[in-house]
Amino acid sequence: MADTGFLPKENLPALLEALSKKFAVFAPVLDGEVVLFKRFAPGATLCLTRPANLPPKGIIFPQSETLFNFNFKKDPEDPKKTSLELKENLDFVPTIIFGSRPCDAQGFRIYDRVYLETDTADPYYKGRREKTTIITLACNAPSPGCFCTSVGRGPAESDGSDLMMTELGKGYFFEPMTEKGKEIFKDSLFEDGSAYKEQAQKAHERVSALVKKPFAILEGTPEKLLSLFENSQFWEGETAKCISCGACTYLCPTCYCFNITDEQVGNSGERIRSWDACMFFHFTLEASSHNPRQNKHQRLKNRVGHKFSYYPKKYQGVIACCGCGRCIRYCPMSVDISEIVAHAQGA
Amino acid sequence: MSSIHNPYLPEIGTVIKIIDETPNIKSFQVVLNNPEKMKNFTFEPGQVGQLSLFGVGESTFVINSPPTRMDYLQFSVMKAGEVTSALHELAEGDQIGVRAPLGNWFPYAQMKGKQILFIGGGIGLAPLRTLILFMLDQRADYGDITIIYGARTPNDLCYKDELKEWEERSDVNMILTVDNEFPGWDKRVGLVPNVLKEVAPSPENTVAITCGPPIMIKFTLQALSELKFKDDQIITTLEKRMKCGIGICGRCNIGTMYVCKDGPVFSLTQLNELPAEL
Ligand code: SF4
Ligand code: SF4
Ligand code: FES
Repeated sequence: MADTGFLPKENLPALLEALSKKFAVFAPVLDGEVVLFKRFAPGATLCLTRPANLPPKGIIFPQSETLFNFNFKKDPEDPKKTSLELKENLDFVPTIIFGSRPCDAQGFRIYDRVYLETDTADPYYKGRREKTTIITLACNAPSPGCFCTSVGRGPAESDGSDLMMTELGKGYFFEPMTEKGKEIFKDSLFEDGSAYKEQAQKAHERVSALVKKPFAILEGTPEKLLSLFENSQFWEGETAKCISCGACTYLCPTCYCFNITDEQVGNSGERIRSWDACMFFHFTLEASSHNPRQNKHQRLKNRVGHKFSYYPKKYQGVIACCGCGRCIRYCPMSVDISEIVAHAQGA
Repeated sequence: MSSIHNPYLPEIGTVIKIIDETPNIKSFQVVLNNPEKMKNFTFEPGQVGQLSLFGVGESTFVINSPPTRMDYLQFSVMKAGEVTSALHELAEGDQIGVRAPLGNWFPYAQMKGKQILFIGGGIGLAPLRTLILFMLDQRADYGDITIIYGARTPNDLCYKDELKEWEERSDVNMILTVDNEFPGWDKRVGLVPNVLKEVAPSPENTVAITCGPPIMIKFTLQALSELKFKDDQIITTLEKRMKCGIGICGRCNIGTMYVCKDGPVFSLTQLNELPAEL
């Protein structure tokens, strides 16, 4: 078998239909004016011309999920006694994320260090992550706000993806990156891709050069941000427009914070975890009413600090921002994290 | 149940005894229902646990019984928020969820042969209690033990029976204080940091371990530095709002440190290296 492949555009629906027989396939589809990852169904209008509004992170890390169910049972012998039963569900189905962008796939790599590469791995994340194959489409043009090349990544970066695809004229060039990717690639719909390899390489270089670069290098930035920690004037200035809505974190492929809450009806209920964000006042509010991040500038400082200082310091310099630009494109107040970092570097 | 370790799934335990410590603090003695798990349970002094009331939620408390006394795990709870108020409604025999042990512990191995100075305020005696009992159970390993403990009023002092025992022991120097004069109180009166300055223990070959309300900690650290204690001779524990307890949910960070996993125990040297966000 050839080690790269080519798929004519008209065969794409057939490929997705074939994959749907074995996997739960999620692909970007147009929903009104927005592009969202949805369970693929034959006849769906795929939208591969721009990055999805929401990254696919929810497929592996759902916005809200049950950690376990609890059930209080009355003892039939002694009705005054109740026993308690907990039930977890760690069964996950084989899944494909089709049409992720390189930055979106990178987001999972940021998660991996926190959720997998620890002595207390997260079994829900691990279960889904291991069962998911990520097929990534290299970008053929940057979107407004994109700055992936500034954070050590790029529009054809393959780390975090199992199978890479590049749009070339009448079809897509495919290159498997992992064993999981090779599995998919076995499908008979693929033609030999070796003739397209060079063309794909050229396309990657062309797009990479088009991505805007708000900052040239990041060296020293983690330390610089720490040195600005107590400079509230700087942070208040940078945060003036922010309304603490949290949209930036919900749209972020690397934001991984969550809350845990209980819901109960009658004798049974569930413990649930849901996305949460350091941009919210309640995130760090303590029972004593003390709040170490009382003001919005302290919260935005944590978001910038986590991505560009704390995470890189903890994980060998890796920046916890993949440069997808969503927080810049969709912030209702036009707060721009890349500008904040650039200002910090110059402060 | 699956064989994968699920750090979010609590063990079920039974509250075997509830002690009213003060008008708003209760201690709960808990035994895990699975005898095998209870028998194999190990932890280090200073580690914490998450107590669960299903339908209400979880909250973090230090295990304040020492690993040298494993008949039960004890947690002391001050009524403050939703979970702690619900915990105060529990009765002996009730079921409770336990996720433990979590976090780091007191570096007691490095304290062997040294004089130990405990400085606690209010419910801040809880983590100290673990270490005090642990050390008293291996008394010969440590030098002089001094405990300075205070609360607002005599009624607000925790573990009253033990305080009495420690006062009576000849190998413990126990100093109790309350903030203001109180009918029937014949011991010291004054805030903990001021009493510390009066007692003026020598920093020579000594480790100071302090825990209490933030304002007490602030002035205690000042007092210790006036007494010429160096930062690496001072150990304290931090509190933050926590959820996962395993360094994942992102809630409890101070810079790069996650209090739930890298803490709650820190030396003052370590704290000084962190951004000022307490
Ligand atoms: S930066 Fe923008 S998107 Fe993020 S919380 Fe502030 S206003 Fe909302
Ligand atoms: S701490 Fe803030 S910036 Fe970091 S992952 Fe959590 S929500 Fe995102
Ligand atoms: S409580 Fe979740 S990271 Fe500390």
